[in-house]
Amino acid sequence: MLLQASQLACERGDVRLFSGLEFALGEGELLLVQGPNGSGKTSLLRLVAGLSRPAAGTIRWRGEDIRELREGYARELLFVGHSNAVKEEFSADENLALSLEMGGRRASASARAEALERIGLARRARLPSRYLSQGQKRRVALARLCLASDYPLWILDEPFAALDTRALETVVSLVDGHLERGGAVILTTHQEVTIAARTRFSIVLEG
Amino acid sequence: MLGGLKSIIVRDLRLSMRRRGDILNHLVFFVIVVTLFPLGVGAEPNLLRSMAPGIVWVAALLAAMLSLQRMFAADHADGSLEQMLISAHPLGVIVVGKIVAHWLLSGLPVTLLAPVVGVQFDLSQQALVVLTVSLLVGTPVLSLIGGVGAALTLGVRGGGVLLALLVLPLFIPVLIFGAGGVTEAQAGMSASPHLSLLGAFLAMSCVVAPWATSAALRVAYD
Repeated sequence: MLLQASQLACERGDVRLFSGLEFALGEGELLLVQGPNGSGKTSLLRLVAGLSRPAAGTIRWRGEDIRELREGYARELLFVGHSNAVKEEFSADENLALSLEMGGRRASASARAEALERIGLARRARLPSRYLSQGQKRRVALARLCLASDYPLWILDEPFAALDTRALETVVSLVDGHLERGGAVILTTHQEVTIAARTRFSIVLEG
Repeated sequence: MLGGLKSIIVRDLRLSMRRRGDILNHLVFFVIVVTLFPLGVGAEPNLLRSMAPGIVWVAALLAAMLSLQRMFAADHADGSLEQMLISAHPLGVIVVGKIVAHWLLSGLPVTLLAPVVGVQFDLSQQALVVLTVSLLVGTPVLSLIGGVGAALTLGVRGGGVLLALLVLPLFIPVLIFGAGGVTEAQAGMSASPHLSLLGAFLAMSCVVAPWATSAALRVAYD
């Protein structure tokens, strides 16, 4: 088992978003987190990514508490949040190189160019990101997925938001490919997408 | 680890080169503040010489304040800071990288400009050297302590004022020993005790500030 959450509880201010949440995720498995706005989907993903602390419960990665693993866990995790983490002053290619460096990885210029081409940004690769549309900025953030086959766990918060049909299909195929290679994926989405996971399960948060 | 440090420093320097206004703003502010005093108090050399250390140091301190809030704010706004918190590099290393980049872009240019603007106060050569050395040792302390304040006030409404209220009192010892050293040199005495104390503050800040800043950033996201 890669990831295991037990008796997880999350509070925001005085509001308890969820409690007693348990799930486990193994290789090639997809966890779809669903629920209405404000039900705690993003909060759950942030807990699993190690960005915030649960009010109760533990999250274990390969049997060890993620709070103790810290960078050891971070090296195995790819997180794409609500914010794109795209610097407007940098081009798509520079942003991609930077985000890979943050994850402790490097990729050659040709590998980055290939990734940007796959995500549909080949003609905008050198343009400062301030000239890109919201959907294109989202693609820059998601371009990492093309070079992230060695991250066992992907955590994707609304990855399909602002994407057109073609980009959406590309991202779905990247997720499919990752699951086929034995990676694990946790994602939230409000869109109807078909992901071909061998094992998939859902958590529906009610808020 | 050093790779992570280098990549953060290079990233922040490149970012600043793409928005040069950010660097120029506080440098122009520093020069204007320092230049306004001789115009305001008159051209009495003795008065200017006695006021110079305090004026240059207060201007350097206020110029540092101008850029402190931006240390983490832009990365917080666009989600980059989130990625840094779950980066493969230790957060402390990233924080040190950002502090070094902040100093290279704010403290170092002010230090290099100080002897030039100090000339208008009729400071002796010895005093100008001590002024430069004191800023060289003291301005990193401003970036280090300021980093803690910037992290503590991250995302807080009216954070700029709160940041000033938090860090300005902590800057007082740096101001006293920085300006005091120049005053001693101007009087022909040794500035070593003041510079040594500044060095001690720098050493202490190097140990405590990155750790405190990292903790504050984690709290801000918790």
